[in-house]
Amino acid sequence: MRIRVLMAMSAVLSLTLLFPASVEQAFAQRGGDTLHIEINQGIIDPMPIAIADFIGQSPDEIQKGQTLAQVVTNNLRNSGLFRPIDPRAFIERPNDFQALPRFVDWRLIDAEALLTGQVVLQDDGRLRIEFRLWDVLREQQLIGLQYFTTPENWRRVAHLVSDAIYERLTGETGYFDTRIVYIHESGPANLRRKRLAIMDQDGANPTYLTDGRDLVLTPRFSPTAQEITYLAYQNNKPRVYLLNIETAQQEIVGDFPGMTFAPRFSPDGKKIIMSFERDGNSDIYVMDLARRRSTRLTRHPAIDTGATYSPDGRRLTFESDRSQFQQIYVMNADGTDVKRISFGDGRYGTPVWSPRGDLIAFTKHRQGRFYIGVMRPDGSGERLLTESFLDEGPTWSPNGRVLMFFRQSGDTFKLWSVDLTGYNLRQIPTQGDASDPAWSPLIK
Amino acid sequence: MSFISNFKLVSVASGALLLAACAANGSSSSSDMGADVGPIAGSQEDLVANVGDRVFFAFDRYDLNATAQSTLQRQAAWLDAHPTVTLLVEGHCDERGTREYNLALGARRANAAKGYLVSLGADPARATTISYGKERPVALGHNEESWALNRRAVSVVVNGPTS
Repeated sequence: MRIRVLMAMSAVLSLTLLFPASVEQAFAQRGGDTLHIEINQGIIDPMPIAIADFIGQSPDEIQKGQTLAQVVTNNLRNSGLFRPIDPRAFIERPNDFQALPRFVDWRLIDAEALLTGQVVLQDDGRLRIEFRLWDVLREQQLIGLQYFTTPENWRRVAHLVSDAIYERLTGETGYFDTRIVYIHESGPANLRRKRLAIMDQDGANPTYLTDGRDLVLTPRFSPTAQEITYLAYQNNKPRVYLLNIETAQQEIVGDFPGMTFAPRFSPDGKKIIMSFERDGNSDIYVMDLARRRSTRLTRHPAIDTGATYSPDGRRLTFESDRSQFQQIYVMNADGTDVKRISFGDGRYGTPVWSPRGDLIAFTKHRQGRFYIGVMRPDGSGERLLTESFLDEGPTWSPNGRVLMFFRQSGDTFKLWSVDLTGYNLRQIPTQGDASDPAWSPLIK
Repeated sequence: MSFISNFKLVSVASGALLLAACAANGSSSSSDMGADVGPIAGSQEDLVANVGDRVFFAFDRYDLNATAQSTLQRQAAWLDAHPTVTLLVEGHCDERGTREYNLALGARRANAAKGYLVSLGADPARATTISYGKERPVALGHNEESWALNRRAVSVVVNGPTS
């Protein structure tokens, strides 16, 4: 079952451009800039967008059209950049995908953008999903795209549609067609049951990857999103493991005396960086996956752990208490040129380099409170984005605009996300408790 | 913290130990008359009741205070008296730290306890270590009282006499 679910990700998906519904419309530039959202500032005034149910003929198509529109609505609203208009306010109910919208009806309800779509179950068994994004004020089509896919793959198309809209209106790469690997938690705190789990970015399609017999922690995606490296306590030995998601094949990669933990892939997927603990001292090593050879990068009696690569693979950031308390450091990928970058009041840990390379996100612990924050790789420009009893373990959306992390309140653990601007803090729906999220790269 | 209060806390906090203790009582040859009831020498229950199976640490620290040292001195003597016993020393942390750092800190605590046992003459081969970081608290409150009980190194009898 696991394999079937995941195989669906790579099911055939083809895409064609739709020409504008009306040729004249293509040239009906009404002056002024095109519709655009500036996302470098905190969005206080999200763009009003009308998302019509995708048109269908058969009951099945109609039902799929409604859920498609709901998934897109949910994605765009959750991004914090859009304000989907309540469909009950709609004056026009689109029922002909080829016809031009009655723009005046959409302007009346203050829509700036309009999404129309259609779902057709073809004779060959494939699903054709098409959509057009309209600039309501300038009365022009901004995008028209058509997807062909297997019927069970409709949800992924809804995420691709969301990404296309996000990209067209913000100029940034979208992140809706992505997944989250995380730890599902259940049971009492002293006998907590932890399972490796994976789900879509919006919380849909949760699937367990381990049975909960062994304690598992800190899963991280490979750059292709096909493999996960994580820590498991098999036979009471905490070691780094590698799991192939499609084949469900599991192997140990850090089998050395002492504990191996805190694994992360290199950006090229050929190496795993991790901590080795021996006689109580933790240092950072890198493991070449093809040759299975490890190289030691730090040699210090302090705790060195939590290493992650810069997106170009040339630098590393990690945490160490070599200056008395947990602080963040950067160094070259070969372990040279170690520099401390966090100097604020408090303890700093779990550094993760942004996919854009411009920032490092972290967990900060100060005076009994925990924060998620970001700073530049030279340590300047520290900004705290969240605060609570325990916020921990940020992970970046692949476009570097959103951070996901976990939050403990009392005995409850949940996944949350926040914009890089500090706006749009929201909880990700999960079945039960969840922790240690890791965001996948964009799935290709 | 005194040995007596340690023991009480351990008794209520550890389900596994309670189960083991029940088993020990069940197999005890003592009668219901109340005479000579006690854990089997060299067992986990013996360690808990007569020696002390755990030591505690300050926040983000792994140095052993005087109480911890005296507990470990009793453990070392106990190991001497039971030469076939081997230990797994577990290092634990409170919930007020990040996960990976706490795994490393738990390893330090377990090794600090083991290192002290070895310094007192215990054979290093008779004690292995494992860190659970913040994954296995025994006190479930979210306050300093619970955190102090969770920052611990616990000696677990691996191949002592079965109860």
